[in-house]
Amino acid sequence: MATSNLAKAPAPETQYAARVFDLAKVPLRELNQALHDVTDGSNETAWEVLNPKGNHAVAVGIDAAINVDVHGSVGYYCAGMNQKANVTVHGSVGPGVAENMMSGAVIVKGDASQYAGATGRGGLLVIEGNASSRCGISMKGINIVVRGNVGHMSAFMAQSGNLVVLGDAGDALGDSIYEARLFVRGSVKSLGADCIEKEMRPEHIEILKDLLERAGMTDAKPEEFKRYGSARTLYNFNIDNADAY
Amino acid sequence: MTYHNPPTTPRRSATFDEYTMSEIRRAAATGIYDIRGAGAKRKVPHFDDLLFLGASISRYPLEGYREKCETKVVLGSRFAKKPIELKIPITVAGMSFGSLSGPAKEALGRGATIAGTSTTTGDGGMTEEERGHSQTLVYQYLPSRYGMNPRDLRRADAIEIVVGQGAKPGGGGMLLGQKISDRVAEMRTLPKGIDQRSACRHPDWTGPDDLEIKILEIREITDWEKPIYVKVGGARPYYDTALAVKAGADVVVLDGMQGGTAATQEVFIENVGQPTLACIRPAVQALQDLGMHRKVQLIVSGGIRNGADVAKALALGADAVSIGTAALVALGDNDPRWEAEYEKLGTIAGAYDDWHEGKDPAGITTQDPELMKRVDPIAAGRRLANYLKVMTLEAQTIARACGKNHVHHLEPEDLCALTIEAAAMSGVPLAGTNWIPGKNNF
Repeated sequence: MATSNLAKAPAPETQYAARVFDLAKVPLRELNQALHDVTDGSNETAWEVLNPKGNHAVAVGIDAAINVDVHGSVGYYCAGMNQKANVTVHGSVGPGVAENMMSGAVIVKGDASQYAGATGRGGLLVIEGNASSRCGISMKGINIVVRGNVGHMSAFMAQSGNLVVLGDAGDALGDSIYEARLFVRGSVKSLGADCIEKEMRPEHIEILKDLLERAGMTDAKPEEFKRYGSARTLYNFNIDNADAY
Repeated sequence: MTYHNPPTTPRRSATFDEYTMSEIRRAAATGIYDIRGAGAKRKVPHFDDLLFLGASISRYPLEGYREKCETKVVLGSRFAKKPIELKIPITVAGMSFGSLSGPAKEALGRGATIAGTSTTTGDGGMTEEERGHSQTLVYQYLPSRYGMNPRDLRRADAIEIVVGQGAKPGGGGMLLGQKISDRVAEMRTLPKGIDQRSACRHPDWTGPDDLEIKILEIREITDWEKPIYVKVGGARPYYDTALAVKAGADVVVLDGMQGGTAATQEVFIENVGQPTLACIRPAVQALQDLGMHRKVQLIVSGGIRNGADVAKALALGADAVSIGTAALVALGDNDPRWEAEYEKLGTIAGAYDDWHEGKDPAGITTQDPELMKRVDPIAAGRRLANYLKVMTLEAQTIARACGKNHVHHLEPEDLCALTIEAAAMSGVPLAGTNWIPGKNNF
């Protein structure tokens, strides 16, 4: 499995040692409060979290350009509402990783459970393993790159942003999708209501190339993907489309 | 001489009444269900079916204007570092920018602030107008997450996780294309002019165990400062209240079927959910069973119109009430001054409910720049403040008559019911009897 460039992104040059929080010894509240107290321009740009052991809400609500490395697997909503920070999870993540992310990057070295990147409005979410169902649900501008497969109902009601899947997609991909772009290299088990395959134009190749590079997955070629998006037939109610509702 | 049989008077069907037949004709002509705003219009047991007993030999009253009757309410004292303190037990319910015009949202903020209470965002994010003009602002966390961002979470005074609403428990939001202006579209990250249907379930949690984790996440993001409300429609009030408490809510907001909506199917509004009156006692019972009554606060909404309704809801165990439709009426909704324009829309003042069409003559439920000019946010805010103060004075008047020096001291024992149905739903005796249907095995 290729690794992400972002995963290796060094903290800005600093003489300061990383701040280390061992969740076996300190409570989650202390970690998140410390992360919220750090401001842009702080010298504390490198953070390490040890023994997350499935804790929920690890490193949520950060609003500073820092690097956070979480060593182990986490529970729900890791890096929720992230802004500016690069958060790397050296393990797998529970449901809702990077939910409503605004900016920055979240890299998951393992697998992700349901709702990865849900409602995300910006930034980049990279999942180096597989993502479960509803990956990118209601996404609103986030970019998501998944090296493995995504489960059923992924990109449900996806509004904008890009979902890139190097593996396969499950049932009902892009159901009731709005203007998000979906790129899948492997097979799609089925498309959801109002989601269709679309022409891959040069601008889409460029978008895909950029995202693959930023995710450190240049072994995949943009030309190998198919693009899916909205047929826009459900944008305004029509009784003749009732079977799709 | 010819004999004529006496004619019978034309007889309309009680089942196929005039409205029902018109709806069948409308459905046949258009092929689409009827969509409208507001809450249930059918008659259901309500606060009108309850009466206060007042003082007597065993209860002595307080002197009006001289003996104090407190109305202050604190919300969010269970876990939040910064609970909300309101001067009056009446809040303004969540209504979105998008469904309402900018000036209307500003007026709600101004009125609530003058009266010393809170107002609430809606399914469209937080606008600068309402944050700027609302001293205390509750930020709704909805399934759509339109405009959701951590900055607004942190500058809110409380956060309300919306699971459902009384007009449509189990239904999502609906904002039709006519009202999706450039600004509304941008705030919701959607193309202009499309019908916007918000999801009915949250995208990243399902069920009470997940809700507990979601609440934890929001508390962590906001450093445990903000009170967290959970709003539910009047579906299963006992269990919904108990589960919200279990999930860690500071406040439960319970909205009965008379609670309004910006737009949903008529069939949904009129046929799903329980009347407000039927919801309160089960919710209070759940709080009492958990030892959480008055520790987790209960806000009741859906058809609150005057101080008597406020007092009755509090007597049944609520900590506060919330108004939506009534607040819009105070701003100028359905005002007879626009009668000629209502008639052009095929309706009359007092019955206008096509809030989704964006043609509101009163300029409230619209995004039309010309129509919305009809709302003067300062004057409309003043009317809302006046109305809130009148409701409060009315509730105080009743509370004093019952001998209470705080409106929270009102209790079910101060009430009787006019109908068997209301007695059963509210758990107070039928007037003139000691009979509470469903109690004592009969």
